[in-house]
Amino acid sequence: MSNSNMNLKLKVWRQQNANDTGHFEDYRVQASPDMSFLEMFDVLNEQLITEGKDPVAFDHDCREGICGMCSMVINGRPHGPKHGVTTCQLHMRSFSDGDTIVVEPWRSNAFPVIRDLSVNRSSFDRIIAAGGYVSVNTGNAVDANATLIPKEIADEAFEAATCIGCGACVSACKNASAMLFVGAKVTQLALLPQGRAEASKRVVAMVNQMDAEGFGACTNTGACSAECPKQIPLSVIATLNREYIKAKLKGY
Amino acid sequence: MKLFSFLFTSTIGRKWLMGLTGLFLISFLLVHCSVNACIFFNDEGETFNMAAEFMGTNWIIRSMEFVLFGGLLLHIFQGLYLWKFNADARKKRYSVNAGSANSTWYSRSMGILGTLLLLFLVVHLKDFWLTSRFTDVITSGEKTLFQEMKEVFANPLPVVIYVLGCISLCYHLLHGFQSAFQTLGINHKSYTPIIQSTGRLFSIVVSLLFAAMPVAMHLDWIQ
Ligand code: HEM
Ligand code: SF4
Ligand code: FES
Repeated sequence: MSNSNMNLKLKVWRQQNANDTGHFEDYRVQASPDMSFLEMFDVLNEQLITEGKDPVAFDHDCREGICGMCSMVINGRPHGPKHGVTTCQLHMRSFSDGDTIVVEPWRSNAFPVIRDLSVNRSSFDRIIAAGGYVSVNTGNAVDANATLIPKEIADEAFEAATCIGCGACVSACKNASAMLFVGAKVTQLALLPQGRAEASKRVVAMVNQMDAEGFGACTNTGACSAECPKQIPLSVIATLNREYIKAKLKGY
Repeated sequence: MKLFSFLFTSTIGRKWLMGLTGLFLISFLLVHCSVNACIFFNDEGETFNMAAEFMGTNWIIRSMEFVLFGGLLLHIFQGLYLWKFNADARKKRYSVNAGSANSTWYSRSMGILGTLLLLFLVVHLKDFWLTSRFTDVITSGEKTLFQEMKEVFANPLPVVIYVLGCISLCYHLLHGFQSAFQTLGINHKSYTPIIQSTGRLFSIVVSLLFAAMPVAMHLDWIQ
């Protein structure tokens, strides 16, 4: 497979722990255009281990674009230069021989660095725990036509539900706002009858938690949606804003 | 009151206030621009002075002036607060930024553009509002508002400042107009594209008209 025919210069963020100030290290790596970006990092890490140095810590799990763990800001863009893909799905053929690639972690107060490129995204978990669920067991799947849901609504809910919680939206946003993520979760649940019942309570609880975690306020630049690997649309933020004001005016 | 406290305590509440006051200011711009555009009748300011006198004496319009200043102050206070708040949400900044790959520069510069607008507004209010409301230059009939405009814009400096103000306004609105609807939860397959093109048209036409006023007066296109 890998005929290594790309010579790359990497500038990678190295940071011991949350309190360390951190710095960039320069590395040289040979990669094949067929490798994924993470495989290229595997090569780098093998190289570092052979040299007796510390490998670069980075998050990954599924390596097929569904878990949301991989998190790298590549030349200033979360998940790199391609639209609609995660870092693990990004191929080295998106770069050219001789390129210098700068790799940084997601940067936001609400995502403190654990080590190197690995950040703590448990703020997202706490937002979900605040209300991003349906609190009663809705049972087994019922007959397809027992609860009528128009196809467009089902599609919209599904589109929102494809959010993998990676945090690229926060990372791309100049305000480090989490509203695309929260909007996706709120929309997905508010559109379907099972989630609708708790919509008001949920949106207020999730927004309160989002604010408590220190994410910024959306200014509608659209950077989040442009960089989102699942291309969650900006309309989920409008839905979030609408659901929130409705709940507030009802006294929630 | 407690019911509305979220407009000052939560991020989305604050944004709602931004959006509402922003749209309110846009409605004011529409009126302001229409009245001022009367100078283009080129009738020595006759139509314009009539319109200006109506705006200055009608009690409904005069009381709206308080609402306007209230709205403007809320917008400025909230805007500056959010600007700082949002900048603080990322203490450690990126060393490489690729903002232009995912957003327009003016959508990322609302704080700067707003501040430029604020500076312009200070100059602008000093030039006309203070003169017309707090001195008797106009009411005594010493000069008309039109003559006051001619005098101010005889100088090139104010003309340059006003044109720069209009450019800031144009970009502030290019993002702000459609952004306000999104903030207020209005996003729709068919209506949003209409809102976006209306916003672009509005920002460009209104800013061009406003900018044409000092320029036309300075060059004596308008007598
Ligand atoms: C005639 C004057 C003005 C008009 C018509 C106007 C209009 C708007 C509109 C429509 C928005 C979008 C609101 C939203 O996205 O929800 C906005 C945002 C903003 N305005 Fe203004 N504005 C004006 C003056 C100012 C001034 C003087 C400042 C001074 C600091 C300012 C600062 C801001 C900021 C920082 C934002 C972005 C806030 C955010 O999106 O969170 N604006 N403006
Ligand atoms: S909205 Fe997109 S960018 Fe944000 S967490 Fe979900 S998948 Fe990732
Ligand atoms: S490693 Fe799972 S999405 Fe990239």
